[in-house]
Amino acid sequence: MANFKKKDGLGSQNINTASLPDIVFMLLFFFMVVTKMKDNELLVSIAVPTATEVTTLENKQVVTYLYVGKPKNPDIFGTATRLQLNDAFKDPKAIPVWVEEEKKRLPQNMVPLFTVSIKADKEVKMGIMNEIKMGLREANALKIIYSTNKGLVKSRD
Amino acid sequence: MARKKRSLPEINAGSMADIAFLLLIFFLVTTSIDSDKGIPIKLPPKLEENSPPVDQNKRNVYEVLINSNNYLLVENNYMNLEDLCEATKKFITNNGVDPNLSESPDKAIVSLKNDRGTSYGVYIQIQNELKRAYNELRDDYAMEKFGRLYSELPKGTKAYEEVNTKYPQKISEAEPENAFNN
Repeated sequence: MANFKKKDGLGSQNINTASLPDIVFMLLFFFMVVTKMKDNELLVSIAVPTATEVTTLENKQVVTYLYVGKPKNPDIFGTATRLQLNDAFKDPKAIPVWVEEEKKRLPQNMVPLFTVSIKADKEVKMGIMNEIKMGLREANALKIIYSTNKGLVKSRD
Repeated sequence: MARKKRSLPEINAGSMADIAFLLLIFFLVTTSIDSDKGIPIKLPPKLEENSPPVDQNKRNVYEVLINSNNYLLVENNYMNLEDLCEATKKFITNNGVDPNLSESPDKAIVSLKNDRGTSYGVYIQIQNELKRAYNELRDDYAMEKFGRLYSELPKGTKAYEEVNTKYPQKISEAEPENAFNN
């Protein structure tokens, strides 16, 4: 008679873990593809406003970010709304210089597509935003995008 | 003694999972899924000192003012945020009917002015409503002429350009100064 191997049912059940790394690697690749390295640590706390008529940024290469909000460390930096360019607080007057530097990082043919994405907290007052816009116009960085979340705008009470 | 050849020991896959988890947590912690959506705007080029002021026919300019208390004043009348979209659409599609509103969508300009104390959140809501007015007009027109919504028209095609020419988005932002303080 053919040899019947006794089934190893009574021993400890070992879950085959060979596929576990596969699953984890898939998750890993998902995160690697979908996210990008945080290049600037946010020194200001920002809650972007919500809007319905938003368009998605397509070409992320030509985008650079500017952050406006209240500092996360009010003891060191105070409670007034500040502008953060790259990783330091700057005055809106420093924007033209900053724009020039950022434009240098782009290849020549992409310079006309240079876009500035403004991430500002909802509660920021327009005074500093107007100064920022003036600075951007001085620097001829005319394509801007106000960063918002997509959603229904809640009506003010 | 005949011995069955032992199968090659399998690589212990347990530690691979550990390594993979470590890498995963590393990426979770150091990266961010950025919200890269927003309202795109084209700023006007900086004002030259000697540029002559453009003479606008007042009826073609729709004044939208926001004061530091976030109140909306449209053509010298208080207005609620909800009504802004419809009112703007009426202004743009007037086509000369009402003498206080625009002559044609082509000439219609919305002039937005805010105060230093206006809240950015409210400013964005208003930009959103204005944009919505234009998008809705463009959607209707695109539906009529091409049977598709404006948002579905691929960029750069003749249809897209035509809808853009019919309802050009002319939102001008006035030079800021301390506007009326109520």
